[in-house]
Amino acid sequence: MEVFWIKAIIVLVIFGLSLVVAMYSTWAERKVAGYMQDRPGPNRAGWGGLLQPLADAGKMFFKEDFIPLQANKWLFIAGPCLAMLTALMSSSVVPFGDTIKIGEHEIQVQGIEVNIGILWVFGVVSLGVYGVMVGGWASNNKFSLLGAIRAASQNISYELAMGLSLIAIIMLTGSLSVRDIVLSQHGAAWNLFYQPLGFIIFLVCAFAECNRTPFDLPECEAELVGGYHTEYSSMKLGFYLFAEYINMFVSSCVISALYFGGFNYPFMDKVAEALGSDATGHNIATAIGFGVFFAKALFFVFFFMWVRWTLPRFRYDQLMNLGWKNLIPLAILNVITTGIGILLDIRWFSWVAMIAIVIIAVAQSAMKPKSARGILEAAPSR
Amino acid sequence: MQLTNRAKKIDKSEMTLAERMYLPAIAGGMAITLKHFFKKKPTINYPEQKRYLGPVFRGHHILKKDEEGRERCTACGLCAVACPAEAISMVAAERKEGEEHKYREEKYAAVYEINMLRCIFCGFCEEACPKQAIYLRHDEFVPVFMNRDEVIYGKDKLVEDMNHRYLREGWK
Repeated sequence: MEVFWIKAIIVLVIFGLSLVVAMYSTWAERKVAGYMQDRPGPNRAGWGGLLQPLADAGKMFFKEDFIPLQANKWLFIAGPCLAMLTALMSSSVVPFGDTIKIGEHEIQVQGIEVNIGILWVFGVVSLGVYGVMVGGWASNNKFSLLGAIRAASQNISYELAMGLSLIAIIMLTGSLSVRDIVLSQHGAAWNLFYQPLGFIIFLVCAFAECNRTPFDLPECEAELVGGYHTEYSSMKLGFYLFAEYINMFVSSCVISALYFGGFNYPFMDKVAEALGSDATGHNIATAIGFGVFFAKALFFVFFFMWVRWTLPRFRYDQLMNLGWKNLIPLAILNVITTGIGILLDIRWFSWVAMIAIVIIAVAQSAMKPKSARGILEAAPSR
Repeated sequence: MQLTNRAKKIDKSEMTLAERMYLPAIAGGMAITLKHFFKKKPTINYPEQKRYLGPVFRGHHILKKDEEGRERCTACGLCAVACPAEAISMVAAERKEGEEHKYREEKYAAVYEINMLRCIFCGFCEEACPKQAIYLRHDEFVPVFMNRDEVIYGKDKLVEDMNHRYLREGWK
């Protein structure tokens, strides 16, 4: 029974943490955007604008909650609820830390430990499309529907490459449990060093799955007014936007768990040794690991924003080309090279694919004739 | 035919693999945004910080007093005539016995009003004034109005405060 309560507290803390992080991501996003554009960003509400998320939420709640007359009322309400639900569900299998010892119990710092953890993440993330799709369809608006369809096809396309890049990780680890994947990267043996290509593919796909720039076509203002949330107002819109930030945080957690060793960090054994193996020392080591994991996740949240304020959007055909014609073949190549590596018992073998691509790219740009670079020179003078 | 050297050469040849991967270009772009992230921000936080507007900025009007604290304005009305927006109006009065310390000359403006909604801050009043009485300050704005009643500025808001004298650059 005691274990149950401790677990309940951990679950609540993780739940609250993802909400708070998502809330302050909105602040951080605006701050990062400002700093990258040489301006200070929100700085009026509270110190450094720290009360801005509360002010925004207050504004959202007090705005008119409008439901279009022709909309399907229940699905219109269900849309943002679904988006929010799926966003919050996916964080449950992420191992935030090692274990904490209380009395004779040893409890994992994780919502639930299931042996199909990463499949759970995938399943829930795929369900996230329904939130967008249902909301866009129920709005009874052409632009909403177009945005929703875009979101759905984009997510489905990029899920393939994402899954394939993940298969390489599963092959290396031999387990679907996120905790096992993290534990297999003990110390500094992070999957990033064995799966560089897989990491790049996974990262790009994570951007697409979160509908973040450069893949934020579902809400492309220039073409679609507001995308799938054109008809939404008040806190329903807030939920959609909020779900995006939760997704971003969860993706960052998953990326750092899968490729950046989760709560593992170099020399962690020495730290654990110095702290001792009794309950307090173990718990402190877990807390450090939690901090490390959190720092990694927050770095990726920053990375998401960094990319957003650097890159423009893709065109839709470019998006589909990138997904189907580039990322999926690359992911398959990565799976094959990883398989060969496992067969030859060389863990770092997928570097071969990476290095081969780099060599081809460098050679091709070196071989490109200089005269082809200047079109005006080549043009005949009249 | 090339007229200027401003035309940029555009590379329209097929992209190489390195270019088609976008990753080197993306890394370059992200380096630029990160550089800007750590740059000093040029923002001036307006109500707390104000930028210097220059010595010839035409802002809030002021009715100057002389060194002994006597109002310089003689209500001649030249400023009102010069005003293209017809923003200035005044009522003249004769100086009484015992008021010599308040008004410099025998005639003074009992009422001097500027309608700040009409004023275009051209500075013609300043140029027209033969007594160097009205000036447009270079260091102060006319604040925002919240109410129609606040629009017309009387002598209470215009006459110079002897404790905080207005000095323009180059005077004295």
